[in-house]
Amino acid sequence: MSNPQQLRYSKEHEWLSTAEDGVATVGITEFAANALGDVVYAQLPEVGTTVEAGETCGELESTKSVSDLYSPVSGEITEINEDVVNDPSLVNSAPFEGGWLFKVRVTEEPADLLSADEYAAHTAG
Amino acid sequence: MSSTELRHTALDAVHRALGATMTDFAGWDMPLRYGSERDEHLAVRTRAGLFDLSHMGEITVTGAGAAALLDFALVGNIASVGVGRARYTMICRADGGILDDLIVYRLAETEYMVVANASNAQVVLDALTERAAGFDAEVRDDRDAYALLAVQGPQSPGILKSLTDADLDGLKYYAGLPGTVAGVPALIARTGYTGEDGFELFVRPEHAVRLWQALTEAGEGVGLVPCGLSCRDTLRLEAGMPLYGHELTTALTPFDAGLGRVVKFEKEGDFVGREALAGAASRAEATAPRVLVGLVAEGRRVPRAGFGVVAGGRVIGEVTSGAPSPTLGKPIAMAYVDAAYAAPGTEGVGVDIRGTHEPYEVVALPFYKRQK
Repeated sequence: MSNPQQLRYSKEHEWLSTAEDGVATVGITEFAANALGDVVYAQLPEVGTTVEAGETCGELESTKSVSDLYSPVSGEITEINEDVVNDPSLVNSAPFEGGWLFKVRVTEEPADLLSADEYAAHTAG
Repeated sequence: MSSTELRHTALDAVHRALGATMTDFAGWDMPLRYGSERDEHLAVRTRAGLFDLSHMGEITVTGAGAAALLDFALVGNIASVGVGRARYTMICRADGGILDDLIVYRLAETEYMVVANASNAQVVLDALTERAAGFDAEVRDDRDAYALLAVQGPQSPGILKSLTDADLDGLKYYAGLPGTVAGVPALIARTGYTGEDGFELFVRPEHAVRLWQALTEAGEGVGLVPCGLSCRDTLRLEAGMPLYGHELTTALTPFDAGLGRVVKFEKEGDFVGREALAGAASRAEATAPRVLVGLVAEGRRVPRAGFGVVAGGRVIGEVTSGAPSPTLGKPIAMAYVDAAYAAPGTEGVGVDIRGTHEPYEVVALPFYKRQK
């Protein structure tokens, strides 16, 4: 399992892209997708709503459980991935690509986001 | 099972080599899934799946009084089970509460094997041992004497036939016969928990790896895959089969669970729970208890055990098991509901999913029945 070097990561297993024009893309990591099992339902935040770093903004339902979805940063939701709403298995099959979850116009980001290597250490063992 | 070490089956190294995600199940470290649980589920429905069920609890009951003991200790008519046949039954407390549901195999005239759920094996063993007092019968803990492998799915007869001379065509559903599979002595039983045709193979633990590998090779060309406990749960749920701790508990009698038919009042002699169960039977006749029904979601949110079933703004039942159904492509659940809402097609029934009342259709169980 490899975590793309250009992304940053939260300890709650979200990834965050570098912001372009202030807008970053968020998804969950392959590690998290594997731990969840087959994702069957994704409730994503609504476009236009404001999310707070580290607070619940949706949920991911898998065969065996439901998990809260957190935003790794604060900001305004500008887009959600309708492909994932229609086919939640994208979260499992392409967590870092087609399985992205939402885009957020970043207003504030916490200081404790991890690099790919730090995240790999966080999930090891 | 908090501080105790997890127990490992004889196939532990095989599971790890296959990259299984493992889980603590009743004190055993068991495979949850090897890859996608959905793919494993669909493999069992359309081809074949291979399961390690070595956590199940085998108890051997032998002696001239074995049948009499089991008739006293269990609610079924065990003396009437023919040699080579198996029966689904239950063990209840004196107050009628269900201690466990069981499969009892009659291996010989005076020899039975009782298979208990892993989580209840000790309770069942203790109850049988206690109830054996005064009977000419021996109750033996054989949990360590067996590994249990299951091959389930439409391709399973063909896979097994290539590895055994045993007369599988003559082996009926809920029957078992001793034989040899891939050179390994096995009790071959046509039983399972998936809603498909299939076999359960009880073998000595030291033979488990060899048998697993032989089945894997024999099934390679027809799409057999290793399967974990996660898909076992969705398979049994689609098949409408109860799971102890969910649909069955000590708080329920077999009559409350809609399984009163397993209680055989007509058998000779007394049995543990007879009086309480007779009361439960007449109460169930006078006032229908809550009924176990199927629920199918219109939306995509999944009901889980313990969620309230609602209608007209009030709680009319409780979900006992719920999961996304790979076969139906929708979330499904089993739930106990008030009898007035139990008819298939009852309008206005929903499930309270974290505060939102999601609409559900009431259906008859099972959700899935294989074509024979």
